[in-house]
Amino acid sequence: MANMSMIQALNSALDIALTRDPDTLIFGQDVGYFGGVFRVTDGLQKKHGLSRCFDSPISEGGIVATAIGMGAYGLRPVVEIQFADYILPAFDQLVSEAARLRYRSNGEFWAPITVRAPYGGGIHGGQTHSQSPEAIFAHITGLKTVIPSNPHDAKGLLLAAIADDDPVIFLEPKRVYNGPFNGRHDQQQKSWSGHPLGEVPEDYYIVPLGRASTVRSGTEATVLAYGTMVHVALAGIEESGVDAELIDLRSIVPLDIETIVDSVLRTGRCVIVHEASRFGGFGGELSALVQERCFFNLRSPIERIAGWDTPYPHAFEWDYFPGPERVAKALQRAMSHA
Amino acid sequence: MPSRTKLNLHIPSPRSRPGDRADFGHLSIPPATGASRPPSNVAASDIRELAYGLIRVMDDSDQAVGQWRPRLDPAHLRHGLRAMLLTRVFDDRMFAAHRQGKASFYMKSSGEEAIGAAQSLMLDRNDMCFPTYRLVSWLMARDYPLIDLVNQIFSNAHDPLKGRQLPVLYSARAYGFYSLSGNVGSRFGHAVGWAMASAYKHDSRIAIGYIGEGTTAEGDFHEALTFASVYRAPVILCITNNQWAISSFQGIAGGETTTFASKAIGYGIPGLRVDGNDFLAVHAATQWAAERARNNGGPTLIELYTYRAEGHSTSDDPAKYRPADEPEHWPLGDPIDRLKRHLIGIGEWSEERHAALLQELTAAVRAAVKQGEEVGTLGQSKPHPAEMFNGVFKEPDWRTLEQRRELGI
Repeated sequence: MANMSMIQALNSALDIALTRDPDTLIFGQDVGYFGGVFRVTDGLQKKHGLSRCFDSPISEGGIVATAIGMGAYGLRPVVEIQFADYILPAFDQLVSEAARLRYRSNGEFWAPITVRAPYGGGIHGGQTHSQSPEAIFAHITGLKTVIPSNPHDAKGLLLAAIADDDPVIFLEPKRVYNGPFNGRHDQQQKSWSGHPLGEVPEDYYIVPLGRASTVRSGTEATVLAYGTMVHVALAGIEESGVDAELIDLRSIVPLDIETIVDSVLRTGRCVIVHEASRFGGFGGELSALVQERCFFNLRSPIERIAGWDTPYPHAFEWDYFPGPERVAKALQRAMSHA
Repeated sequence: MPSRTKLNLHIPSPRSRPGDRADFGHLSIPPATGASRPPSNVAASDIRELAYGLIRVMDDSDQAVGQWRPRLDPAHLRHGLRAMLLTRVFDDRMFAAHRQGKASFYMKSSGEEAIGAAQSLMLDRNDMCFPTYRLVSWLMARDYPLIDLVNQIFSNAHDPLKGRQLPVLYSARAYGFYSLSGNVGSRFGHAVGWAMASAYKHDSRIAIGYIGEGTTAEGDFHEALTFASVYRAPVILCITNNQWAISSFQGIAGGETTTFASKAIGYGIPGLRVDGNDFLAVHAATQWAAERARNNGGPTLIELYTYRAEGHSTSDDPAKYRPADEPEHWPLGDPIDRLKRHLIGIGEWSEERHAALLQELTAAVRAAVKQGEEVGTLGQSKPHPAEMFNGVFKEPDWRTLEQRRELGI
C-alpha cells in the first residue's frame, strides 16, 4: 500500500498496464515527453519508451479513429482527451464506429479502447473546462462509461477498463484529482493523504465495472452519486441529519441496478446527485429506473440535485455547482413526506 | 470611399444536366506514356507532378505501354477480369432482386470494378482493406462465397451479419475486408490506426483505406492524412473519384480548381493520380505504394479517377441530375471492356472465351440467388430475433437480457 492522489493512482495503473501487456499503448495531446497537462502520464514515456506513450496531433476525432483501427488490429490503446469538453469532435467515431463495430460486424471486429478524459467543474475552468458529458455517452448503446471517485477505485477501474474488450469512456473527476473535495470551496482543501481510499495497492488489481460501492449505510434515504459528487453528497448527508445510504455508482454503464434497487426498497427515499445539468441528465434515467422498480416502496418523490440548465457559468461557479447544502435540503424535503 | 468591385458567390455547377449533351471535352487526358515512374523511395516533394497528371498503362488501343507498365502473368489478368465481370453480373442480378422486393437496398459498383479487383489481387491476403461500399470486387477477386453475399443482401436466416446491417455493408475479416458502415469516411482513420499498430508491432502487413471524392470534405479525411503523415503509417489511402456523390458533381467537393490527389502535397506525402478504369495502372500504382509502405516509406495518397456508371443506390435515379447517356461518354471507357480488349490484344483471351465466362458467371450468380431464395428473401426469413440483442457488448448486460424477456424470446 502507498498513499496516492488520484493522479498518482491513475499513473500507477497506466504504468502497470504498459508493463503487463506489450499491446497496450498510450497516446493523446501532450501525454508523451511532458506527461500530460494533469501529469497523469508523467514519466511513462521515459520508462517504457517513445512508442508506448506518445504525443498526438490536436485532433480528437483522429485520436479516437486511430485508436479504433489499432484496436481492430489487436492492440489495446488508451487515449487521453485533454478535457472532456473537447471530446465532441470524436463523438462520431465513438457513436458510429467504436460503439457499433462489434454489433454490425457480428463480432468480426471490435474496439477494445479506453478513452480517458478529465471532466467536471469546481476548478474555475469556465464552460470549456468544466462540463460533465456522461449522459450523452450513457445513451449510446455499445459504450461503457466509468467514473471513479477516489484513488483506490480510479486505479482498479482503469485497469478493468483497459482489460475490457468493449470501448470504455473513462471520465476522471479532475476536482478530486488531488483531494476529496466536498463542495465547501471556502474551506481549507484536503489532500488524499490520510483518506482511507487514498491508500492504494502498488500492484495490479481491478475494481470490476458495473459494481457500485456503498460508501455509507443508512436506513432513511438512498443517495446516488458518482465522481466528485460522492464527496459532496457525503457532506450533505452529514449536514442533513438524515440517516441516508450513499451509493457511489462507479460506472453508469454498466449500471449496478441491483445495489440501487436493493437500497431504495429498504429506505423508501431516493436523492440523485450529479454535476451535469438536470434536464436530460443521467439522473433522469436513474429516476425512471427507481420509479419503475421501487414505486410501491417510495415514501417521497425522487429528488434530483444537479447543475442548472445553463452552460457552465464562470463567475457563478458556486451558484451552479451542487453543494452539500442543496443535498441536505433535498434529503430534508424527502423526509418531510411522512 | 473608393468604389469596390461587387462580390459574387461562386456555386459550382457541372457542365451538363439532363437534356444537355454529355460533355467531358474539358478533361485533358494525358497519353498513357506520359507519366514517369520514380523509385518508390523517392522524396514526396520530388514527384508532385504525379498528383496532377494521370498514371495510365493501357493506351487508347488498350495496349500496355509506358514506365508504369507492370509485368503480370496473363493468368493474373484473367483472374482480375473474372472478378470484375462477376461483380458486374452480380450487381445487375441483385439490383433486379431489389426491384422484385427481395432486398431492402442495393448499391452497384458499375464502372469501378477494376479498383477492388486489382488491389485485392495485388496486396497480400493478410493485409487489411478498409473499404467503401463500392468495393465488392475486392471480395470477388478472393472468391468470397456468393451465397454469403446473397444471404446478407436478403437479410435472411443465414445472413452472416445476423440481420443487423443494411445490405452491401459487409464485413469479411478472413478476406482482409473491414466492417463497412453507412457513415461515409469514418473508417478512413481506422486504416491509419491499423497500419500504425502493424508498425508498432514490427509486423510486415499494411493497410489500404478508401474514401469517395465527395467525402474528402469530411474532417475524417484530413485527420487520417495528418496521422498517416505524422507517424509515417504503412498505409495506402485511396480516393475513389467517381465524379458523383449522389447528385453532387465532384466540383462540390473541391474538384474544380485542383485534383484530389494534390491534397497529398500539403501533408508531405506522395499523391498519385491514376486511371481507375485501367486495371494495369491501378495494379502498378498500388504496387508502388505498397513497396514504399513496406519499406517504412510511409503513406501514399492515390486518387483513382473513375466514373460511377449507375445510380448511387437503388434509391437514386441519376437521370434526374445528369444526362442519361453521360456514362457512355466517359473518356476513359469501361474497365471490363478495356481489360478484355487488352487480353485479346496480347493473344490471351477471345470473344468466345469471354462469352463462355459470362455464361458461367451468370449461372453461378443465378445458382447462388436461388440458394439464397430457398433460405428466404426480405421479410420471408430472418435470423432469430435474439440476434438483435447479441453483440452490443462482448457480454450482455441486464438491459438486453431483460428486454429480450420483455419481447418474449
